[in-house]
Amino acid sequence: MLKDITLGQYFPGNTLAHKLDPRTKLLAVVCYIVAIFSCHSVWGYGAAIVTLIVSARVSKVGAKALFRGLRPVLFIIVFTAVLNLFYTPGEVVWTWWVLKITREGVRMSVAMVARITLLITGTFLLTYTTSPIRLTDGLESLLSPLKKLHVPVHELAMMMSIALRFIPTLIEETDKIMSAQKARGADFESGGLVQRAKALIPLLVPLFVSAFRRADELATAMECRCYHGGEGRTKLHVLRFAARDYLVLAFYVALAAGIIVFD
Amino acid sequence: MEEIIRVENLTHTYGAGTPFCRSAVEHMDVSVYHGELLGLIGHTGSGKSTLIQHLNGLLKPTEGRVLLDGKDIWEEPKKIRDVRFRVGLVFQYPEYQLFEDTVYKDIAFGPKNMGLSGDELDRRIRDAARFAGLDEGLLEKSPFALSGGQKRRVAIAGVIAMEPEVLVLDEPSAGLDPRGREELLEHIRAYHEERGNTVVLVSHSMEEIARYADRIVVLAHGKALMSGTPREVFARGQELVRAGLDVPQTTRIAMELQKRGLPIDPAVYTVEELARSLLALKKGGAR
Repeated sequence: MLKDITLGQYFPGNTLAHKLDPRTKLLAVVCYIVAIFSCHSVWGYGAAIVTLIVSARVSKVGAKALFRGLRPVLFIIVFTAVLNLFYTPGEVVWTWWVLKITREGVRMSVAMVARITLLITGTFLLTYTTSPIRLTDGLESLLSPLKKLHVPVHELAMMMSIALRFIPTLIEETDKIMSAQKARGADFESGGLVQRAKALIPLLVPLFVSAFRRADELATAMECRCYHGGEGRTKLHVLRFAARDYLVLAFYVALAAGIIVFD
Repeated sequence: MEEIIRVENLTHTYGAGTPFCRSAVEHMDVSVYHGELLGLIGHTGSGKSTLIQHLNGLLKPTEGRVLLDGKDIWEEPKKIRDVRFRVGLVFQYPEYQLFEDTVYKDIAFGPKNMGLSGDELDRRIRDAARFAGLDEGLLEKSPFALSGGQKRRVAIAGVIAMEPEVLVLDEPSAGLDPRGREELLEHIRAYHEERGNTVVLVSHSMEEIARYADRIVVLAHGKALMSGTPREVFARGQELVRAGLDVPQTTRIAMELQKRGLPIDPAVYTVEELARSLLALKKGGAR
């Protein structure tokens, strides 16, 4: 059951979207977000939707996988839609008891739902086509100018990739310890709030102990391989922009600029 | 002998309905008899761990049934905890499940969950510690201050203290040095003999299983390939080798000698037996 959680899951593939430089994709997503938040008319949203569909097609990510990412935020989407539907002032088209729907409310809630959906699916497309390692590499490279301001960019990126790397390991470990304690009669499912919180102790203590042990072992292993931070560190896979990166980036910048100017 | 656990036509599929779906166990039939020490053997991926998690209801069969004393354990899903007290399961590397601040309290976790307290609880903890080979002096120590081997014994004692009718151990000796391994298995044997309880020992080491088990079930590719006494199973050594499994070193020597024309029974599985049959051959003047 814990294994069902998808945290920005990566689908390996060999499409144009997979081959793009991670920096290109990160910047493209930023442009895309700017574009969706500057949309006002149907034309603007239409352009954003078409862009998303084409990008999804190119990366061969199925619609099902794409929309699965929406499930955790479904509540927020519905909540926003309902709130906007009933509480936007304007020309009333429908009333019942204390509830009333306005023309502006309908427009607003459709726009908000479209915005959130596009935002989530767009960023999901990034994590579906980019492995966590490449993603942090790209982020590190994009943020490297901040090093001049003594921001520990490399260290942050390293922490991020280690954290991402250990999520599945920790989930597996949690599953294992849970089973072991259940075998000794632990009950995680019944009882009141206090009782349930108490029932977590036999799970959390071993989990923390093993997380610390793992961290210790990893630190030793890294030190054994002479890791000493970002200073003078070279990379196996050096990020380089290719012609396709410039093209894709140019398209997304044009999309954002176009929507800001004309919409 | 009477069956205590019977696994009928068991199939378990992980991740059903996703592209990652695969069956770890397929149409498996296994019986465990009252009071025996059963050895379960198989390669990694043969379905050992999946099977044993069905024995105490941690996993629910996708298909098939698990009967405990003739009763389907999933007949009343609300009472699955009682099944877990009757079939005690010790996981692989169980030392990572310890959490209390003293060994005594950690061993008490299982029996306390059963609702025990007072003298009975105390007796069970001390009995279990003795069976697992833990000194009385260790009981008040923190489990995190112990050595790896001692931690494992604490975890095993924690399950023994529930006094289950069936004790299932998944690779209890994995990662221990040879002496620690032998000591631990001897303690398990002593527990089995003194209590007369049923024990299921899971291992991938043929030597270990051959030495300790009354009966062996061989698993391969999610199915029960064969079962019988160690002698019966190792007599089919060729089949085991073909299934990609090991046979004990002594059996392998006997098989090779037989291939070279010596009239020797290839089903010998201990060093002593092999020595005896070789001596007998020599005395008999065969070559």
